[in-house]
Amino acid sequence: MEDSLKGVLPDEELLRFYEQMVLCREFEESCAEQYAKGEITGFLHLYSGQEAVAVGCTAGLEQKDYILSAYRDHAQAIVRGADPNRVMAELFGRATGICKGKGGSMHLFSPEHNFMGGYAIVGGQFPIAVGFAFASTVRSEDRVTVCFFGDGAMNQGTFHESLNWARLWNLPVLFICENNFYGIGTEVHRASAEAVLHRRTCGYDIPSEKVDGMDVIAMYQATKRAAAWVRERQRPYFIEAVTYRFRGHSMADPAKYRSSSEHEVWKSRDPIPNLARRLVAEGIAGEALLEEIHSRCVAQVQEAVRFASESPWPDDQEIWEDIYV
Amino acid sequence: MSEMTYRDAINLALKEEMRRDSSVVIYGEDVALYEGAFKVTRGLLSEFGEVRVRDCPISENTIVGVAVGAAMGGLRPIAELMTVNFALLAMDQIVNHMAKVRYMFGGQTQVPLVIRMPGGGGSQLGAQHSQSLESYFMHCPGMHIAYPATPADAKGLLKTAIRDNNPVVFLEHELLYNSKGEVPDDPEFLVPFGKAAILKEGNAVTLVGYGRMAILSRQAALELEKEGISCEVVDLRTLNPLDLETVIASIEKTGRAVVVEECWQSAGLGGDIASRIYGCCFDRLLAPVKRISGLDVPMPYSRKIEKLCIPQAEGIAQGVRDLLAQAY
Repeated sequence: MEDSLKGVLPDEELLRFYEQMVLCREFEESCAEQYAKGEITGFLHLYSGQEAVAVGCTAGLEQKDYILSAYRDHAQAIVRGADPNRVMAELFGRATGICKGKGGSMHLFSPEHNFMGGYAIVGGQFPIAVGFAFASTVRSEDRVTVCFFGDGAMNQGTFHESLNWARLWNLPVLFICENNFYGIGTEVHRASAEAVLHRRTCGYDIPSEKVDGMDVIAMYQATKRAAAWVRERQRPYFIEAVTYRFRGHSMADPAKYRSSSEHEVWKSRDPIPNLARRLVAEGIAGEALLEEIHSRCVAQVQEAVRFASESPWPDDQEIWEDIYV
Repeated sequence: MSEMTYRDAINLALKEEMRRDSSVVIYGEDVALYEGAFKVTRGLLSEFGEVRVRDCPISENTIVGVAVGAAMGGLRPIAELMTVNFALLAMDQIVNHMAKVRYMFGGQTQVPLVIRMPGGGGSQLGAQHSQSLESYFMHCPGMHIAYPATPADAKGLLKTAIRDNNPVVFLEHELLYNSKGEVPDDPEFLVPFGKAAILKEGNAVTLVGYGRMAILSRQAALELEKEGISCEVVDLRTLNPLDLETVIASIEKTGRAVVVEECWQSAGLGGDIASRIYGCCFDRLLAPVKRISGLDVPMPYSRKIEKLCIPQAEGIAQGVRDLLAQAY
């Protein structure tokens, strides 16, 4: 039995969730097209299916809170406020990109939005997130640092070192595992001796919970509650967001290790049509309004592609910039 | 000027910079309560308190990663790895993160941190605790590398490192901690990066060293002087940036070069420096560049054979004699 949306948030906030999820989906599907055309190259990890996590979590935070993520980072950067034009330009490798075309898909960074980076060595962001939380504590900044990662990253040493450290030093880190059940092609139970992932924090005395990562409202509520807890107690907390990626690990992965029946079950739980259905059922939006939102997102992504494709390439001299201060 | 040990000079630099800038913090394994495995951090906890001077778990990769995040978040962290050997556990954070984030994020962040790493061989600590890994760091762009040879440089280079807005790998030689020298008292005494020192002037052979190898090169040069052989000793001070200009200027004068490295010879920094010398002043050379290096073996424990694996002053002197005896 789903809770009523009414009373959770004002209508305009619920519609904003919807619009952000649609924007992310359209952005990612457009990236796939541009990759097929050869405009986007290198590794490309798409977020389609997981939108409720980025949108719900971000809404549950304050803008001053830091967010760090892994390589599947487009949606988290855009939802946080990064300009889709400049994110697309980064993917196109252009000088107008959010990192001047030097980072690419896996290394977005937008300090003015406190989006402190996409890191592409699995588990590399754990200690860095702990470091950000340490700095904000010493500087009395009252920030929560949110560290996103996938289920596969929990088997890296840095996960254990960092959870231990965050609890030992009592640092305000909110760890959010996006459990999409596969580390590339290896299913969780084939990589983790304890397949119920959120239980693994007990060794570090860090409380944890499992949340439906296909439900944007549930993600919002859990994150808001957890962030308030972390902020008040100055201690780490852990959320396992159970979710699913509709595409392969990256564009190079046809995802043949997953059955079509499994895929269909998760498609039926797609966070976007499910929120649409609830918005209509409760009279918060009509079909026409939802279509208008969809069209607006499509236009915004088209504009991002236009901006990126018309942007200049980096100057050759740029190779030598930004290595040292 | 005050006479003090290399250890105390480092300790003084830490205290002065922590007094000067409240964003400087230090942590590591046993640096606070225990005051450091080599007692370099003596007195820091009592003066600066447990927020700025902290012990941490034995988690080297995370020690470096926390410093990266803390530096990006506005602090100037100094992290101590108990010895350079343990940096191998942290190479992911050092190479993949510390040295990369500024570049891959398009210059939108900086990483003003220092990782202090005592190291080097000669204390009969066996194969896993006697390594000289400077070439590993030097291979990777995106970090500065300092390796002081004298107490004065230990103070001045560390203060520069702490004020540097780039990540700095700061190498300290365990056998130099008790060495003594005159150290300027001025709290603004800084030794710039990328400026080699001439430890001794000479005109027949240029000895290029760093850290303890610079000290041993000077010892060798003083010994050779008694035989009428005049050596100039260049102490690189920092391996990145590398002051090739001073090296070349010296070789322009002497026409001969011996590069002394404590690390293994294979793919060691001495080969890189030698190739740069050939590229810059091949015509001026009267003999091939000679390399004196650590032997390409895991370090044995027994002191009788351990010393054969590490360049010694007498070996450097003999290398110079051999170089001069050869006709080209």
